[in-house]
Amino acid sequence: MIVIVDYGVGNLFSLQSSFGAIGKDVRVTSDADEIRNAEKIILPGVGAFEDAAKKLRESGLGEVVTQEAKKGKPILGICLGMQLLFDKSLEYGEHKGLGLIPGVVKPISDVIPKELKIPHMGWNPLIFKGEKHPLFKYINEGDHVYFVHSYYAADCEESVIAESEYGAYLTAAVAKDNVCGCQFHPEKSGDVGLAILRAFCEGEGI
Amino acid sequence: MITKRIIPCLDVKDGRVVKGVNFKDLNDVSSPVELAKYYSANGADELVFYDITASAEGRALFTDILRETAKSVFIPLTVGGGINTTADFDRVLKCGADKVSVNSGAIRNPNLIYEAAKLYGDQCVVLSADVKRVDGEFRVFAKGGREDTGMEAISWIKRCVDMGAGEVVLNSIDTDGVKGGFDIEMLEAVCNVVSVPVIASGGAGKISDFIELFNTLPKVDAGLAASIFHFGEVAINDLKLEMKKCGIPSRI
Repeated sequence: MIVIVDYGVGNLFSLQSSFGAIGKDVRVTSDADEIRNAEKIILPGVGAFEDAAKKLRESGLGEVVTQEAKKGKPILGICLGMQLLFDKSLEYGEHKGLGLIPGVVKPISDVIPKELKIPHMGWNPLIFKGEKHPLFKYINEGDHVYFVHSYYAADCEESVIAESEYGAYLTAAVAKDNVCGCQFHPEKSGDVGLAILRAFCEGEGI
Repeated sequence: MITKRIIPCLDVKDGRVVKGVNFKDLNDVSSPVELAKYYSANGADELVFYDITASAEGRALFTDILRETAKSVFIPLTVGGGINTTADFDRVLKCGADKVSVNSGAIRNPNLIYEAAKLYGDQCVVLSADVKRVDGEFRVFAKGGREDTGMEAISWIKRCVDMGAGEVVLNSIDTDGVKGGFDIEMLEAVCNVVSVPVIASGGAGKISDFIELFNTLPKVDAGLAASIFHFGEVAINDLKLEMKKCGIPSRI
């Protein structure tokens, strides 16, 4: 069983539906035991980092996800859920993440030209970094995925498996052993997004 | 490089898709769920659902359709029509909408934009403005383009963006349904004062209208249309191939 961690941020209807569309059984849960017994874990998230990190901490679910990740259970963070995997974020102050992947979440305004709009919103092609990651088994470099974000993961070169170009190269997906994440929304990225979710469900060790 | 988005708009009344010419003479086109699936499979980058139902029954029918669509269509969905309170935001977001557009509701209560942006984030709040030239100025219209609010449009749009609208759909009543091309002059006036994405609506009749739009106004992020897509006059895939040929970034 794959679980989507429900810690009280955002709506999980589309994400849950997208697994239904690829014939995978997922459970949306806030139950620690269910997460511990799961085969793989999806960490979703929309909104502000501080609020989400606080909810993860206060619910105790952040600790559960961290423990499971350290045991080698595959984790996929999506959008803010990916950002929460890092050490910390500089979104409105400085806030601690789960620390599963080394790196810092910073404003994209630091690196993109002033004339570009924020958030980085829309369809942008993926540029693979390094060896093609198993998450991308069913897709090709240059395939488009849907982004909505104003912050990006920085200082994490070793974990970057894909970038997008928006006046600068921004982290689009990361992986460190069994912990991976995508900045874009696979559940809103049409067939390409569904193919990424399928690869995560099927992949061994991711 | 981010691509220019092509967005079919589905006006939904009592569970069916309708599209009027200059907002009048509505005629039935198709089933919203089927049409949404078709568009998603054929190149649409995003879908807009406008609920033009007035009754409570129609509204409930609309959310059923929305939920059904979000179960099988995995591209961004924007929902508008009948959005007057943050409870309305909540209602459609729970059914799978990603963005919510406000129009008359924001005219009645501009604070709605601020409240919704604070709750759901700027990226979730879309200002939809119906604008028409009156006495030499751009005027905001309410109630589906039927009522002149007397407000100057450009300053109204800027005010809404300042309050938290993360995107603007500019629908020119002057060009809507005419199929003679987008309202470049009106769009340019808006692009000059806002720094959020602007979606052009009203006037597209053929592929070259979109090419002209993106070539003339590179600041415009997306083109929206309804009947030319619904009636098959323009196939989105053909449009995107032409965009690519003209050097306009598009998702194919």
